[in-house]
Amino acid sequence: MMMIDRRAEDSRAGNLVVGVALILVAVSVVLAVQHPLQQVSIAFAFGVFIAIGELVRITLPGDREAAPIGAAAALAYALLGRFGDVPTTQTVWDVVAVTAAATLVGAIPHVAAGRSPRLDVMARRVLSVGFAAALFRPFYDGGAGPLAHLDAPHQNGRLALVMVAIVLLTDLFDAGIAALIRAERDRAPYATSLWGELQVLFGLSSAIGATGVLVALAAQVMTFWALPVFGLPLLLTQFSFRRYAGIRQTYAQTIRSLSRVTEVAGYTETGHSRRVSELSLAVGRELGLSESDLVDLEYAALMHDLGQLSLTDPIPGGATVVVSALEQARIASMGAAVIRQTGVLDQVAVIVERQADPYRRPHERVDDSLPVASRIIKAANAYDDLVGDSQESARRLEALERLRLAMAYEFDPAVVSSLAGVVERGARFGY
Amino acid sequence: MQSMSRGVNAYVAVLAVTASAILVFAMPARNEIDLTAVLVISALFALLESKVFRFRIGVGLGMGFPVALASCLMGGPWAAAVTGASCLFVLRRVPPVKRVYNASQYAIAGFCAGTVFVLLKGHPGVLGASEFPRVLLPVAAAAIVFSVVNAVLLSIVLSLAEDVSVKQVLMGTLVKSIPASLGYGLFGLLMAVLWRGVNVGTLAALLVLVPLLVARWAFSQYGAEQDAYEATISTLVQAVETKDHYTRGHSERVSRASVMIARVLGMREDRISALRYAGILHDVGKLGVPTKLLQKTGRLSESEYEVIKGHPLRGIEMLSNIDFLDEAVAGVLHHHERVDGLGYPMGLTGPQIPEFARVIAVADAFDSMTSTRSYRGARSVAEAVEELLRCKDTQFDPQMVDALIEALERTQWLPSDLPVDLGLDSVLSEIDAAARDHDDPTFSVSSSEEIA
Repeated sequence: MMMIDRRAEDSRAGNLVVGVALILVAVSVVLAVQHPLQQVSIAFAFGVFIAIGELVRITLPGDREAAPIGAAAALAYALLGRFGDVPTTQTVWDVVAVTAAATLVGAIPHVAAGRSPRLDVMARRVLSVGFAAALFRPFYDGGAGPLAHLDAPHQNGRLALVMVAIVLLTDLFDAGIAALIRAERDRAPYATSLWGELQVLFGLSSAIGATGVLVALAAQVMTFWALPVFGLPLLLTQFSFRRYAGIRQTYAQTIRSLSRVTEVAGYTETGHSRRVSELSLAVGRELGLSESDLVDLEYAALMHDLGQLSLTDPIPGGATVVVSALEQARIASMGAAVIRQTGVLDQVAVIVERQADPYRRPHERVDDSLPVASRIIKAANAYDDLVGDSQESARRLEALERLRLAMAYEFDPAVVSSLAGVVERGARFGY
Repeated sequence: MQSMSRGVNAYVAVLAVTASAILVFAMPARNEIDLTAVLVISALFALLESKVFRFRIGVGLGMGFPVALASCLMGGPWAAAVTGASCLFVLRRVPPVKRVYNASQYAIAGFCAGTVFVLLKGHPGVLGASEFPRVLLPVAAAAIVFSVVNAVLLSIVLSLAEDVSVKQVLMGTLVKSIPASLGYGLFGLLMAVLWRGVNVGTLAALLVLVPLLVARWAFSQYGAEQDAYEATISTLVQAVETKDHYTRGHSERVSRASVMIARVLGMREDRISALRYAGILHDVGKLGVPTKLLQKTGRLSESEYEVIKGHPLRGIEMLSNIDFLDEAVAGVLHHHERVDGLGYPMGLTGPQIPEFARVIAVADAFDSMTSTRSYRGARSVAEAVEELLRCKDTQFDPQMVDALIEALERTQWLPSDLPVDLGLDSVLSEIDAAARDHDDPTFSVSSSEEIA
């Protein structure tokens, strides 16, 4: 449901970013044709590394595409002062044109292999590099600007500081755009998305930024050698990130597979845990849960029926919504006990344990200690128990109505309202 | 114990005296050294050594290594020794003896590396473009000397403390640390070039370290995630095993025995790790077998046995969506095949059966024979081995049987004597079940004696 939800709706923010980048590239190309690039060999060398970077791009947790080598090379080209003894002369437009062209070249093999590149990611990279170049190139001005005075022995420390500052600003700019696209795609609050993107900054982005600055500085002495020599450490960084992303993915796949335990053993309906987790994730995003909370929510939703394995006789259809509250709580706590045994999923265990709790009891205030994730799973589980994989709209509406009727105690109104929105959008775009 | 720790203390004392002597007597004239740079870089070293990352790939080298090497390239032997000695002030809890030991070890290693660098005509502090590529040889030599001296000093202290031979420890650490030291050495060189050649100063050092620190962070996250992964799958599988508490811990032990066999066979590390998962997950398809059948007392009818025989297929149905487990999935699917072709689900023979499956088959049978079942006590390891030998060539791959026997001679097997209490009893309902055992080669089915 959520997957379709994401694809069916065109991302306006994404289109906007791509559109702006296209205009920028078009202007750059026109200007580059009018005033041809002077230092072609330098442009070519950096272009090669940008293209290679795009070729060996990776996907990070949170479905983020990254091309560390390419991004660092593009950044270095934007911040390049002296190359050996010669001041470099490329303009902002040259930087944009070279980056865009090289990125496209690097993307060709991916397209040939059937992996279409994400246009918004490429557009974002071009815009960010343009941003960095706009902060540096006019003030360097081919060796005539104020920054060029720092470009001398014993002044390099200050030049490096200026570069680091530009990189930090560029990272913020990039995170801002990325959050814009993500917030719209996930229907999440902008602040949550921005926070998620800023957290990524502390990881791979800082390594990319540092490498970009180092290449630009070291090119004064090492010229062309600066690219491969400083690219190598970044390749190591990229490699370790790929392994990390790999095990994260394996973990998620394994939990998804093993959560089918209850289905295979005949305790729950086929696809129940997957549907509950997708519905829960869509609601969780909209309610502004952070990325790490969303991972916990997904795992908890997938394993929410684990406790049923301890029942001697399966509940008819596996629908926990039809058994007594006491029995529901017992199943929840048994599942939580198993999950807690892992020693590494404590938060998930808490969410599973409290999935049957009402959000408030008669004559009491709202239970603040109840995790939002538990409330979401409670509602998504009840909804799926009532609807299953049926596509009848009457059944869907009936189920939503039952949830709304129970909003006084059982279901959190905020969760139900978000869930109703998600379900209706899902229905509109077809299952 | 007493004599061992006395030996360690004496050794540390000797190292400390040597290191102090270096610091005092090898000090160059004041105008020959940039004391500020030495102090800054030493502080950086101590800071980096303060944070110990959990690290599973590669051993023996801390984050400080590139900094220590940079100090050696920029300031020569004495500066490197000072940098090494700064380890005395690391910002983490270390027992005093260990603190002194670490500082002395790094100081001596740094001094040796610096001396070799100078002997090979490297010029500390001069790293302009004209020095390349000639300077690469002395730099590589210095990096190797640094890690070799470290490894030697370390293996001596380990052999004193744990009573293992120096040679054994040395071989283990050296092989892995030399390539790593060259790789890290590159970072040290880059730092020195930027600091001295490009004159960027301290900031350069920090910038060079960022990709390295981030890589380290990602690697440590990777290790943590891998541990979490293992803990999670074993627990979930245990939860499944609560269906029949006589098989508790079975998957875990099958996994252990499979790894023992794989080590004797000399399997690659990444395959061993896949095999470990395959061992843990090999019976996951039993979830699809109705509980009452698994817990049935007495003999099974042929049709009931057919259902049980479906469990490897159900297992891979669950696991096939996990990308990296390809070979493991084959192991799970075929772990009940027999070399004579009478097994299930496909009736493959001999080498047609995937290697993982042949390993798991032996481990599986061995563990079920040495565990207690409701209908019989546990057999001794010797009896189980005898039984495996009897079924070698018909049911099991002889190579795997021999490998297990060899492994059992090396390490002691700790069978489960009684069902282990995993602490789940309080919450999970238990039914004492006398399941008949499809894993035990000595147990045969009433209706078809030869398929067991």
